[in-house]
Amino acid sequence: MTAAFYIASAVMIAFGAMVVLNRNPVSSALSLVVSFLGLAGLFMSLDAYFIGIIQILVYAGAVMVLFLFIIMLMDLKAEVRRKLNIPAVIGGGLIAVLFVAQLVAVLADFKPGQQPMPALAEGRATDVKAVGTLLFERYPFHIQVMGVLLLSATIGVIALSKKESAK
Amino acid sequence: MNDITLNHYLLVSGILFAIGLTGVIVRRNLIIIFMCLELMLSAANLTLVAFSRFGTVDGLPNYNGQVLVFFTITVAAAEVAVGLAIIVALYRARQTVHVEDLNSLKG
Repeated sequence: MTAAFYIASAVMIAFGAMVVLNRNPVSSALSLVVSFLGLAGLFMSLDAYFIGIIQILVYAGAVMVLFLFIIMLMDLKAEVRRKLNIPAVIGGGLIAVLFVAQLVAVLADFKPGQQPMPALAEGRATDVKAVGTLLFERYPFHIQVMGVLLLSATIGVIALSKKESAK
Repeated sequence: MNDITLNHYLLVSGILFAIGLTGVIVRRNLIIIFMCLELMLSAANLTLVAFSRFGTVDGLPNYNGQVLVFFTITVAAAEVAVGLAIIVALYRARQTVHVEDLNSLKG
């Protein structure tokens, strides 16, 4: 379990950094896919198998296909020639370093976070059943709101991508 | 001493969030900025799942956190669809996705 955590988090962070460092949008998108796979591995190391699979299906599958499709549609080659905005690079790096340093300082005093992972009562994972039961018994209204959200997002996307001449 | 604690997960998630934040500030391509937003959102999801696993109730993870992650992923998918449609509409109108070229609100 320890090795799984370190491997998955190393993959996730390394390829997450590649998303920012790559100049080519397609390389960035593919790095993001691998980063999400690492994140799914981390979810599974937390015994959240359902969320891990959903992460792979929705993010690494659907969302990234959408990104790659849009990149293909726009044919973004000109980006490589642009030069960096130096103040933004310095500011961005500084903010990230400060954020992580502050997080380390806060976590050093966070006693509840220093216990080892509590053992599960049953040896096997029942999280698909548990999450499903909770979704439909305790949060039925919320899941209907999600349905409305997805429907309105679909209608919004169609309205946005309609040709201008249609009006 | 080699046990993985909640703090490990929180630190990893914080580093991922910082990477995403850096990307949003540094990069000038709207699509890459959008991908970095997704990274930040995923870092928040990791925190939720970690708290769910470490805050056990009767020997089971607190599944409310995982349900919240489920909702977050749904909202993120809808957000990606709408955001990319907006970027495509913008590209059609201005032929660019670079934030430096989009300065019509600049005084």
